[in-house]
Amino acid sequence: MKECMVRLIYCEMLGYESSFGYIHAIKLAQQGNLLEKRVGYLAVSLFLHENHELLLLLVNTVVKDLQSTNLVEVCMALTVVSQIFPREMIPAVLPLIEDKLQHSKEIIRRKAVQALYKFYLIAPNQVQHIHDKFRKALCDRDVGVMAASLHIYLQMIKENSSGYKDLTESFVTILKQVVGGKLPIDFNYHSVPAPWLQIQLLRILGLLGKDDPRTSELMYDVLDESLRRAEINHNITYAILFECVQTIYTIHPKPDLLEKAAKCIGKFVLSPKINLKYLGLKALTYVIQQDPNLALQHQMTIIECLDHPDPIIKRETLELLYRITNGQNVTVIVQKMLDYLKQSKEEYTIINLVSKIAELAEKYAPANEWFIQTMNAVFSIGGDVMHPDIPNNFLRLLAEGFDDEKEDEQLRLYAVQSYLGLLEEEDAVYPQKFLQVMSWVLGEYSYIINDEGDPEVIMTRLCKLLKKTFVTSETKAWIMAAITKIASLNRGSKTVDKLIQEFSTSLDTCMRQYAFELKHLCEDKDLMKNLLPRDASCNDMVVDASLSFLDGFVAEGLSRGAAPYKPHHQRQEEKLSQEKALNFEPYGLSLSSSMSSSGFTGRQSPTGLSFGSDVSGNSTEMGQKEMSSLKLDGVKKLWGKDGYLPKKESKTGKEDKLEAVPPGSTLGGNMVDHPLSEADQEVVSPSEEEKEKQQLASTLFVGLASNNAVSLMGKADTTTQKFKRKSKISETQNSEEAPSIQYDATLSFRPLPEAQSNDNENIQSTEHVRLRKSSLSSSEVLEASVSFKRPQSLTEAGLDAKLPDCRLSPSSLFADNNIEVFQPSQVIPSVVASKASLIPSLSEELANNPHSEAVELCSCDTLAVNLCKVWTDDCLLLVLFVANRSSSALKNVNLVFENSEHFKIVEGLSYHFPVIKAQSLESCQKSVQMEKNCMQEILVGSLNYQLEMETGLEFSVTLSLTDFIRPMKITTEDFGKLWLSFSNDVKQNVKMSPSQGSLSIALNTLQQKLKLHVVDIVGNEGLVACQLLPSVPCLLHCRTHAGMLALWLRSPCSALPDSLLYQCQKFQLATRRHARKQIHCHSSP
Amino acid sequence: MIKFFLMVNKQGQTRLSRYYEHVELHKRTLLEAEVIKNCLSRSKDQCSFIEYKDFKLVYRQYAALFIVVGINETENEMAVYELIHNFVEVLDKYFSRVSELDIMFNLDRVHIILDEMVLNGCIVETNRSRILAPLLVLDKMAET
Repeated sequence: MKECMVRLIYCEMLGYESSFGYIHAIKLAQQGNLLEKRVGYLAVSLFLHENHELLLLLVNTVVKDLQSTNLVEVCMALTVVSQIFPREMIPAVLPLIEDKLQHSKEIIRRKAVQALYKFYLIAPNQVQHIHDKFRKALCDRDVGVMAASLHIYLQMIKENSSGYKDLTESFVTILKQVVGGKLPIDFNYHSVPAPWLQIQLLRILGLLGKDDPRTSELMYDVLDESLRRAEINHNITYAILFECVQTIYTIHPKPDLLEKAAKCIGKFVLSPKINLKYLGLKALTYVIQQDPNLALQHQMTIIECLDHPDPIIKRETLELLYRITNGQNVTVIVQKMLDYLKQSKEEYTIINLVSKIAELAEKYAPANEWFIQTMNAVFSIGGDVMHPDIPNNFLRLLAEGFDDEKEDEQLRLYAVQSYLGLLEEEDAVYPQKFLQVMSWVLGEYSYIINDEGDPEVIMTRLCKLLKKTFVTSETKAWIMAAITKIASLNRGSKTVDKLIQEFSTSLDTCMRQYAFELKHLCEDKDLMKNLLPRDASCNDMVVDASLSFLDGFVAEGLSRGAAPYKPHHQRQEEKLSQEKALNFEPYGLSLSSSMSSSGFTGRQSPTGLSFGSDVSGNSTEMGQKEMSSLKLDGVKKLWGKDGYLPKKESKTGKEDKLEAVPPGSTLGGNMVDHPLSEADQEVVSPSEEEKEKQQLASTLFVGLASNNAVSLMGKADTTTQKFKRKSKISETQNSEEAPSIQYDATLSFRPLPEAQSNDNENIQSTEHVRLRKSSLSSSEVLEASVSFKRPQSLTEAGLDAKLPDCRLSPSSLFADNNIEVFQPSQVIPSVVASKASLIPSLSEELANNPHSEAVELCSCDTLAVNLCKVWTDDCLLLVLFVANRSSSALKNVNLVFENSEHFKIVEGLSYHFPVIKAQSLESCQKSVQMEKNCMQEILVGSLNYQLEMETGLEFSVTLSLTDFIRPMKITTEDFGKLWLSFSNDVKQNVKMSPSQGSLSIALNTLQQKLKLHVVDIVGNEGLVACQLLPSVPCLLHCRTHAGMLALWLRSPCSALPDSLLYQCQKFQLATRRHARKQIHCHSSP
Repeated sequence: MIKFFLMVNKQGQTRLSRYYEHVELHKRTLLEAEVIKNCLSRSKDQCSFIEYKDFKLVYRQYAALFIVVGINETENEMAVYELIHNFVEVLDKYFSRVSELDIMFNLDRVHIILDEMVLNGCIVETNRSRILAPLLVLDKMAET
C-alpha cells in the first residue's frame, strides 16, 4: 500500500489527476504501521488543500495519534497539523496541542509551537488565549523551540508592532547569544552560527525599531556586532549582512551604523560575483529612498550594471534608477527603460515597466515633444495589457492642461500632429487603447491645425480605420465620436455623407445607431454646434441627479392613485409583518439586470454618472433583495416575468405617453443602447423630436464620456505631478458630492410621525429614485406598474397609517416642496454651521442617531480637530470639527484622509474648507465603509492649511469592527431560514460569571455593546442577528449550559463570524472582570 | 515566504515538487514547464535569481538537476540560495552521495526531509542532525 501511495504521489507530481486515491491516503494514515502512517500523512498533505472535504476524515486520526504514547506517532500528527488542518476543527485538537507545550522532548514542544503557528495563521482568534504560552516558548531552554516561536512573533509583530516592544530586549539578547557563538556547534552552517535564525531575528528587530528611537537604541550594539562578525566570505554571511543593512536602514538611524552599512553595500555592488551584485543593487534600491546620496557614490557601477549582459541585473538597476529619477535625468532613464521594454516579452514585466514610465513621464516631462513621443511609445508597447489609468490620466492632462494656456495649446498641437503622422502609415497596426486615445485627441483638438490641415483628410484617415478588421467595436465607437465632433465644426462634408450612407445599413447595430445620430445632427447644424462646443471637454456637465424633471410625472402618478415610493427597508418591514400581501421580489432581480445595463451605458453617457452613484447607493438594497428573494419560493412564480408579460405590454404604451419626458431629458442616453432600439422605437415612437434628442444626447455623451471617465478615474497620486491640474477637478467632485450626499441623506432618513412634511418630501424623493430606475429600461416599467397597484393592497391591509395622509393632497404638497428638495445647487448639508462657539456639537439631525462623544484628535495653536462618530443606520459617519483658535481667518484648509485598504470613504478622501473664520468652528462629515474585514484598524489623515507657510497637522482615527455592526431586525422565522442558507460557522464556549446568571442579561450586554438585535429568547437559547455594513448579515445562536455560554455564529462571509466572536468574547470577558471586581469590592470591607 | 520548492532535471522532468500555497494541478505543470525553461535559458555566469511574474525564482544547479525555489519579495534571496545547498547537504548525508536516482526512488523520504526544513513557506529547521532525526527513527523501526 505504501508503495502504491508513493507512486500516486509521483503521478500527481507529473500532473496526472489521481483524486481516486485520496481516500486511501487517509486510510493509510489511519491504519498503517509507523512508516506507512507517515507516508499516508505525507500524501494527505500533498494531495489535499485546506478546504478539501476529505480533510475532515483526518481529524479523528490526528486526535488519536496526538494521544498516543508513541512519540513518533505524536510527532507525525503534529507535523501534519502544522501543514494542513481544517479550520473549524481546531477546537478539537487545541487542548491536546497545548498540553504538548509542556512535553519533555524538545522535538514535540517544537512541533507543537509550529502547529500553533499554523493555527495563528488560519484562525488567530482561536489561539488568542495562549499568548503567554508563546512567551514561555520564546524562553524555552531549547534553541529549536525558541526558533519556532519566532515565526509566530514575526507574524504578530508584523500585524501590530506596538504590542511587543517590551520583548525587544529578549530578542536582542537572543541575537547576541547566537552571534556570540553560544549555541551548540551543530547549529552552525559552514561555521556560521544558525544563520537563518539570525536573519529571522534581524527581521523582527527591524519591525520593532521602525520609527521608534527608544527601541532602536536597544539594538544598535547587537547590529554593530552582527556586522562585525559576518566577515567570513561566504554566501550565507552575505545574506546576513544584507538583512543587517536592511534593518539598519529601517530603524531609527544612527550615523556610524549607517556608514558601516553603506560600506557594506559598496562591497556588494562592486563584487565580481554576480549574485552578490544583485543583492547589492537590491539593498541600494531599498536604501536610496532614505539616502539618495549613496547613489552618487556608486554612479559608475550603476552605469556599468545598466549595460550588463544579464537582463535580471539590468532590471534591478532600472528599478533603482526609477527611485532616483528627477527632472534632470528623466530623459535618459526613460530611454533606458524603453530600451529594456522593447526587448522584453513577458507580459508582467511590460505592465510593470509601462506604468512606471508613464508615471515618470507625467511627473518630470521636460518638453512637450518628448512627453508625447514617450507616451506614444508607452501606448504602442504597452498596448492593451497596460493599466487603464494610463491612457485616462494622459487624456485628462491634455484636456485640463497646465497653468499656461499657451503651453497647453502647443502640447495639443503636437499631439494632433504626431497622431496624424502615425495614422498616415497605411499598414501600421496599433493597440486598441492607443487608437482610442488618438481618436479622442483628434476629435477634440484637430481644429487647432485647421489652418494648415484639412479636416477632410483627418476624417478620411479615421474612416479608413473604421473599415479595418482589427479595430474592435469599442474603438469604433470612439472613432465615430471623433468624426462627429470634427463634423460639427465644418459645413457639409462628403466624407461624412459617405460614412452615413455606408453605416446606416451596417449589420452592427451600434454602428448603425451612430450613423443615424450623425445624420440627424448634420441636418441641424445649430443644434450640433450647441451640443458639441469646441474645446469644452473640461466644462462641467450639469447633471440633475435628483431628476427633478420627473416631478410632474410623479405628481401625476400620485394623483392617479399610485402609492408613494417607500424605501426598501420600510417595504421589507411591511412585507415581514404581512407575508401574504404583494410580493416585490422578482423585480428585485430585474432591477439588478437593468442596473448592469446602465453600468454599460455609463461609459458613454453622463447620465451613467448619476446612475453610478445610484448603483452604489442602492447596492445594499439589491444585496438584501436578492438574498431575501431566496426565501420566497412559492410566491415568486406568480409574479415572475413571464406571468406578468402580457400586462406589461399594455402598460408600456401608457407609460410612454405618461412619460412624455420633459425636454432635455438626460435619460435618453440609456434608451439608445437598448437592444430593441429600432423596432421598439417605431412601435412606441415618442415624437420624432424626442427621439432625435435622445440620439443627440448619446452622441454628445460619447465625446464627453471619455472626459468624464478620465476625470473620475485618475484620483490616485496627483500631488506630486509637475503638470498641475486646475482646481476644476475638485470642483467637479464637490458638485457631484453635493447631490449624492443629499441623496444618501434622504435614503437613510426614516419617516418620523411628527415630521409629517419632511416625511412627504422623503417619500417623494425616493419615489423619484424609484421612477428613475423604472425608466431605465422597459422591463422596469413593470415595477412602476406595480407601484400603481399597490395602494389597493395596502389600504386593504390598512398597513401604514401615514400613507393615506401623504396621499391626501399630493399635488398641492409637491408643488410646495419641489423647490426646496430638488435643487441640486442646494448648500451642502454637511457644512453645519455652528459658528457661535468652539465647542463641537452635532446638528440636530445627526444627534438623534447614536453617537460618540467628541474626542480631540489633534491640535495646535491655531487649529483643533475634534471627532465624533455617528452610527447611522446605514453607515458610519465621521463628523470632524475643525476649530480655528486663532484671531485671524484661515483660508483653504484641506482635510485629507490617507487611502486605507480596509476602509472606503464614500465621498472621496479629501474635504476642502474655503475659509474658517476666526474663533469659529466648521465641520465636515464623511461616511466610511469597511472594505476589508478587520478587527481594528487605523485611518490616518492630515489637515493642511496656509498661514504664513504651509502647515500640516496629522491625526489618526481608530475604527473597530463594532463601528460597522448594526442590528438586523428580523423575525424568528426568517432567522431560521437565513440560518440554513449560510455556510460559514464558528462555535465557541465562553465561561459565564455567576453574577451574570441568566441568558437575557448576557444578551443584553451584547445588544448594548455590540449593537446586536436580540431576535428571540426561548428558555436557555437565544437568537441574535446583526449585519456588517453595508449588508453582510451574521446570525448568532446562544445557549447557556452549566455556567457556559455556547456561541454559534453563522454568516455568508467567512471572516465575519471569527471577528465577531472575538468581539463577543472581549465584552463578555470585560463584563466578567467587572463583575468580579464588584464582588471583590463588596467582600473587602 | 517560500511559495514552492521544485527539483527538475535538465530534460524538464519534475523530480520533486512541493507547493506551500494551493495551486491547481494543471497550473502546476504549466508553471513547472515555464520555470525550467527560464532556468535553462540562463548561463552559468548569470545571476541565480530570476524575476518571474510577481515572484522570484532562486535556482541552483547540481549536475543535471535543478533545484528551484519560488519566493515572494519579503524573502532574502541569498538565504534561500543557501537553504538549497543546506538541503542538498542533508540529502547527501542521508543517502551518502546523493544522486538523481536516490531522489526518484525515495521520493517519500526526500519529502519527509523537506517537511522538516520548510513548513508553511517558512524555514523552520536547518540543523542537519535534527532534520534527520525523525526519519532515522522511522527507518530503524521499519528494520526491526
